[in-house]
Amino acid sequence: MKTVAESGKARWQHDTLEPALKKSPERAASFSTVSGRPIDRLYTAEDVETIDYDRDVNNPGAFPYTRGIHPTGYRGKLWTMRQFAGFGTPEDTNGRYKTLLKAGGTGLSVAFDLPTLMGRDPDHELSLGEVGKCGVSIMSLADMETLFDGIQLADITTSMTINSPAAMIFAMYLVVAEQQGADWKTISGTIQNDILKEFIAQKEYIFPPRPSMRLITDIFGFCAEQVPKWNTISVSGYHIREAGATAVQELAFTLRDGLEYVQWGVDAGLDVDAFVPQISFFFNAHSDFFEEIAKYRAARKIWAEAMRDRFHARNERSWKLRFHSQTAGVSLTAQQPYNNVVRTALQALSAVLGGTNSLHTNSLDEALALPTAAAATLALRTQQIIAHESGVANVVDPLGGSYFVEKLTKDMEDGALAYFRTIDAMGGMVEAIERGFPQQEIAESSYRFQQAFERKEKIMVGVNAFVQQDDPPLEILYIDESTSDTQLAKLEALRKTRDRERVARSLDALRAAAATTQNLMPRILDAVRAYATVGEMCDALREVWGEYEEVPII
Amino acid sequence: MRKLRVVIAKPGLDGHDRGAKVIARALRDAGMEVIYTGLRQTPEMIASAALQEDADCIGLSILSGAHNHIVPRLMELLRDKGLDDVLVVIGGIIPDVDIPKLKEMGVKGIFLPGTPMQEIIEFIQGNVRARV
Repeated sequence: MKTVAESGKARWQHDTLEPALKKSPERAASFSTVSGRPIDRLYTAEDVETIDYDRDVNNPGAFPYTRGIHPTGYRGKLWTMRQFAGFGTPEDTNGRYKTLLKAGGTGLSVAFDLPTLMGRDPDHELSLGEVGKCGVSIMSLADMETLFDGIQLADITTSMTINSPAAMIFAMYLVVAEQQGADWKTISGTIQNDILKEFIAQKEYIFPPRPSMRLITDIFGFCAEQVPKWNTISVSGYHIREAGATAVQELAFTLRDGLEYVQWGVDAGLDVDAFVPQISFFFNAHSDFFEEIAKYRAARKIWAEAMRDRFHARNERSWKLRFHSQTAGVSLTAQQPYNNVVRTALQALSAVLGGTNSLHTNSLDEALALPTAAAATLALRTQQIIAHESGVANVVDPLGGSYFVEKLTKDMEDGALAYFRTIDAMGGMVEAIERGFPQQEIAESSYRFQQAFERKEKIMVGVNAFVQQDDPPLEILYIDESTSDTQLAKLEALRKTRDRERVARSLDALRAAAATTQNLMPRILDAVRAYATVGEMCDALREVWGEYEEVPII
Repeated sequence: MRKLRVVIAKPGLDGHDRGAKVIARALRDAGMEVIYTGLRQTPEMIASAALQEDADCIGLSILSGAHNHIVPRLMELLRDKGLDDVLVVIGGIIPDVDIPKLKEMGVKGIFLPGTPMQEIIEFIQGNVRARV
């Protein structure tokens, strides 16, 4: 312990702060981030004394990459501006993609509707009213051909938010690429393929955890050989955060999920350095500016150290955490929706200052509906203004060395590592999920935030403060029922015209392979080429593996 | 006095259950008996739960846009089972144009994003029919 005379901060508190506080007290008794993390009023050199620059921070491009994975930051290449989009029929969404690419978007990102995400065809009972509503409806290879009609897959990168049926949708993409003459060895993009966060937060699971993990390691093995530039998984904190997690919980559960996938890959007999470089991440860009920046910086450090020290990876590419980010949907308000443009801009700025490799900015109308084309364009313009006008992309990690940011980065890391210890003690993330641990932690945080919001300890402008009546109504995108009719008619036609024998044979082969340990990707590709539907392929696996049902925790 | 019994249900394929869980807990903290059905409930399952649980109120959480299909079916089933006196409320994302239609079908309260929990609690307390 330092004496008052030795400590500059203590002396300042005594000599300068206390008299000032006596004259005018602070706005609140305590200050905290949106996650409820207490924040001191001032950070000085004393707060970062235990941080060793070379060991813990280091220059960009150097281990542990706290300041970024590229030595030149965004001076070489800006982040990818990737706007998540999908609605209605494949024809509708194909049109939106062409609009976004024409407006200067640099990558595509596919949002699928709920029946597709849940591996159900539109004629299933549970698909009632859901077809094309939250994303684009993709039933078979035929729809995938339409979705990318006139878009050269060799020239763009595509991210696909698909999890339980990721292998089927990815196989469809590969076949479309093949039809266009694109080389699997050079095409690039991402499938989300992160089932653990589905069990934890988003709940779009189909099969139980263990066979779900096997599908994922099959994709790792297949891609390491056949599609080497593809990001085989996007380990996602986004949905964990949206479900109510704090920043530390998002960081901890996401990275611990990442370690779980690596462990399962290793256990399946894969070499760490053969598949880990294809793993990418996806974080939420929430509202608390500095906490978010610290979260991204801590993520890179934790991953680099875990890959080197826990898994003994030797390839630098295994150490480097690459991530996409998306501004926080949960922060958007239906009230005074134009305020959302400002929120999104600040959140996007934090992601950029945290070194995001790719970014989606939400549209102002997304608390109400899927975005209109005009709203989606404005969201993209927000990124372009940050990139080209603000000057923040001219220097690498401009906040590095800030006492506050470095201390917060360290705190985030410590918090995540504490969660790692708890989850390791349970036997791993699959076991922790089976016990409902992350689910319970998130439910607690979510309820705590709600209470703080109700007490107005946490403010949302336009909702619990600065409220105004009679907002002028916003024109929103309304998805009517015609999509469902169109897709149902297409499905009926497809079932009549395809080679029925071939479909049945390919599904039998898939079912048979599911009961063995052989890699399922070749069987899924065969079924896709035969125009088997997403629902049929998932049903084949349901028959072998069964379906997961969670015990709801409130 | 008997506690108010509320069935909180999440119909459709959507898994975003943050809202359903938060409101379930808030209603419980307000002294109600809350039965949370979990995910992916069909209208049939919800109506059966309401019957079995002797519910005073059904709260649906719908964000996906499937309300125009789910709600008419549920209301029909409630009528068939003689449960037309059960208060039905919805929380979630409902386009303005759909609100009058849902109210016509008998949905009493529709709560959009940002509604304070207290408002929902008071609405339920004030609108459940005295059951005999």
